[in-house]
Amino acid sequence: MGKPSDLVQGTLDLLILKTISLEPKHGWAIAKRIQQISNEALQVQQGSLYPALHRLEQQGWIRAKWREAESGRAAKFYSLTAAGRSQLERELENWNRLSTAINLVVESGL
Amino acid sequence: MRWLERFRMAVLMLFRRRAETERLSAELQFHLQQQISENLASGMNQDEARLAALRSFGNPALLRDQARSEWSWSWLEKFMRDVRYGARTLRRTPGFTAIAVLVMALGIGATASMFTIVNAVLLKPLPFHDPDRLVMVYEHFRVAPANAGGFNYNSVSAADFRDWRQQTHSFQDMAAWRWFGFNLTGEHAELPEVVTAGGGSWNLFSVLGVPMALGRSFTPQEDQPDADHVAILSWSLFQRRFHGNPSVLGRQIRLNANPYTVVGVLPHWFTYPDPSVQVWVPYASTFTPDMYSAHDFHQSQVIARLRPGSAPAAAVKPVSALQYRLHQANLSAPVAEDAVTRPLMQDVVMNVKTPLIVLLCAVFCMLLIGCLNVSNLLVARGAARRKEVAVRGALGGGRSALILELMTESLLLCLAGAGCGLLLSLLATKWLANHLPDLPRANAIHVDGTVLVFSLGIALLAALLAGLLPAIASTGKDVLTALQDSSRSVGGSASRASLRKILLSTEIALTVILLVSAGLLFKSFLRLRTADLGCVTDHVLTMKYGLPKTQYDTPAKIIAFHQSLLERVRRLPGVHSAALVSTVPGEKAVNDLVFNIPSRPSSSFQLQNDTLTYTAGPDYFRTMQIPLLRGRVFTDQERLTRYHYIVVSKKFADQFFSNTNPIGEEIKIVWSGTLENYRIIGVVGDTLWDVTQPVKPAVYFPILSGVVTQTSNATLVVRTAGDPLALSVPIQKQFAMLDPSLPVSGVLTMQQIVSKSTSSQSFNATLVLAFAGLSLLLAAIGLYGVLSYLVTQRVREIGIRIALGAQRSQVLGLVLLDVLRPVLIGLLVGLAGGAAAGMLIRSILYGTSPADPLVFAVIIASLLLTAIAACVVPAISASRIEPVQALRSE
Repeated sequence: MGKPSDLVQGTLDLLILKTISLEPKHGWAIAKRIQQISNEALQVQQGSLYPALHRLEQQGWIRAKWREAESGRAAKFYSLTAAGRSQLERELENWNRLSTAINLVVESGL
Repeated sequence: MRWLERFRMAVLMLFRRRAETERLSAELQFHLQQQISENLASGMNQDEARLAALRSFGNPALLRDQARSEWSWSWLEKFMRDVRYGARTLRRTPGFTAIAVLVMALGIGATASMFTIVNAVLLKPLPFHDPDRLVMVYEHFRVAPANAGGFNYNSVSAADFRDWRQQTHSFQDMAAWRWFGFNLTGEHAELPEVVTAGGGSWNLFSVLGVPMALGRSFTPQEDQPDADHVAILSWSLFQRRFHGNPSVLGRQIRLNANPYTVVGVLPHWFTYPDPSVQVWVPYASTFTPDMYSAHDFHQSQVIARLRPGSAPAAAVKPVSALQYRLHQANLSAPVAEDAVTRPLMQDVVMNVKTPLIVLLCAVFCMLLIGCLNVSNLLVARGAARRKEVAVRGALGGGRSALILELMTESLLLCLAGAGCGLLLSLLATKWLANHLPDLPRANAIHVDGTVLVFSLGIALLAALLAGLLPAIASTGKDVLTALQDSSRSVGGSASRASLRKILLSTEIALTVILLVSAGLLFKSFLRLRTADLGCVTDHVLTMKYGLPKTQYDTPAKIIAFHQSLLERVRRLPGVHSAALVSTVPGEKAVNDLVFNIPSRPSSSFQLQNDTLTYTAGPDYFRTMQIPLLRGRVFTDQERLTRYHYIVVSKKFADQFFSNTNPIGEEIKIVWSGTLENYRIIGVVGDTLWDVTQPVKPAVYFPILSGVVTQTSNATLVVRTAGDPLALSVPIQKQFAMLDPSLPVSGVLTMQQIVSKSTSSQSFNATLVLAFAGLSLLLAAIGLYGVLSYLVTQRVREIGIRIALGAQRSQVLGLVLLDVLRPVLIGLLVGLAGGAAAGMLIRSILYGTSPADPLVFAVIIASLLLTAIAACVVPAISASRIEPVQALRSE
């Protein structure tokens, strides 16, 4: 059995994009938010989170700004770019297609 | 918009890398702080909160590296790091680095130079308009032997060309030109000179698509036999003789004492067919009316422009059909049956293509040998650094990262080599372009972007070739073995030794192939140099002159000049004898004519009744020591109208009068304008018309006939007691005294003529030999390196053997045998390859078989000697190993 944090390959990008689609967040908040919403089922490790954030930033899907966080410290807040928004839509569409397909297979009365 | 964002990030990452790194640390620090605050909030004390946060956070350095590796340019960062490491390690071994860079510089420099020349001469399109649509059209005799192109390509007669142009329309247009020559004399007291000229049809320059630099080209009216004389100057003549003054247009120059009006000047880059052509005159003006309408007098080159989209084979069909009708209408004369085409480009480079490709292959071979050598040296370094690599592997260095790092080293070596090599090649290319004999398009040779890109490509390829194998070999999976491997293990790494042996065998095989090619070329050159021309070549001076037909218009005037010249020259001190001839042996430029034998009549002309024709004076044979075999040579009696006598060569007598005595027989031939009978009065020894070609039948006509078309151009041959060139000035003074406006050209000794005609063979052979010698040196270095390596690997083993009582001679034999095996394998493979290479270059070998036993024997011997010489030092040091020391050695 894998650990609960095991993420389906390539879905981390989708989760990050979705999480910051409403408002800009910093890395810690993104990880917390994913954990929270998934009822602690999805644990994002720092070792995957930060490389993923930096990759998305290099690719121009998200953009970073330094701002003061709630705690009063300066933190790096990530927000979606216009291109990132359409990328999120594409990824969502892909995910829906894929999960529907998987559901069809696993729930069929074979 | 996304690309803008990505571009912004790329720029940021390239120029603000340090700041971004700090921000990354701050970002991770923030995460850690958040975790600590959370832990504090859940009731832990300060220290516990901190430790728990660090535990869940993991290794911050690793985390930072993982995030960083997502940044753009991280490949560049890694590469720069590899370059720094590579440069540092190379600096630590300056000897190795210098040798490797030198080897690469030689290889890449030579390759770049040869490529520059090949690119300019063989690859770049001709500088004409749409050059791919230009083809040469030749006559083709169905039964004639093939010439240089592997097919029979015969010059075209003026009448054939005119009929082709008027009666067929499958080509867009056709133009013709022929070689010609003039005495150029000045209006005021400038020195007279002999200029090579071209007779070009009026449309020649428009067919080629060459605009005039000044003035205009010929008009159709000017290209008529009886038109006023006009001329076009080459740029070099325009600059040299007329100081680039445009007012020369419309002025008159004197060619063969006739006035010609200058109408145009060609652009400076126009050097077709050859840079020696100084002046162009209309095609028709170079002919007598008889020759202009003759179908059987072949001298012209025809250039045709294809219609867009049409194929040469289809376009030449109507021309060929017309030529067959012309052949049928002239059955008694040598008029070809067919017309054939050949691309103009191929026509221009035909004679240099094979030698250039051979030279290019030779430098590639040398480069490959250099790469193998560097590769070999790198394998040795890899062995020395085995532990280091193993430790790094054990600490988590990925294999591909290690390979990349090692490859960077060879890349640095090759790039440094390419840099030095390009500097070398800048010098070498200029020298080569000036010294490669008979190189067409030499003015187009210069280093350009293509060459730079090529050199860079070659350097990268060389780096890959030299670096990949050693890098893969020295980063093998046996990390554990390497770490455990104390130097006490016996035998070292057998696999690495065998890799080096394979590299060595390949290197030797390539060297042998180069040596065989060089040996064959050199032997064939020696054969040429020592070829027997059939006449004396020592102490003979030759010089050419042409009497202008306007001034010397009767046989009597011509004979008078010739004879008074000979009398004056013979009186000079140091002159043994002097005589006149049309062309001397080995000079290549000889006319040939077809003839009939009246005693054996035949209805149509026989192509094989073809003979070279010379015009000679009575003393020629004695002066040149051409032996008289039968009958007699000319006397002063064969003069003026009593000229129907000929002397024939031995080959002529053997071929056409094999079983009979030729003396007194007659042949029918057109020599002085009409078909006449000539009686054979003597048979003389054969001479070579071209050193590189077999003997052909030859006929000598009497020069004292004074026939204007045949005897006004002559070569004076003078046999001297001392240095022939010392007489050249006194003899030229005699010319000036007889006729101050008469220029003399081609002042050469017979030996100079021979070496001129073999200069390209000499140059090619020397160059390939130099490449082969360098390669042999490289192979010797490689051999020495491998053997020293093997000996150091086996020091302990040898020590044990000696301690157990092995004789030193046995040890010596053991070591030699071990290294000579790859040498022998390489030698065998190389000999097979050399034989194959010999077959490929057969067409440029003279009188030398591709499997020449002497060449092969010399090469086997020299390679084995080199191998043994390279082995001696390490082998002797192996046999002197002190067992105690060897066993102690770490």
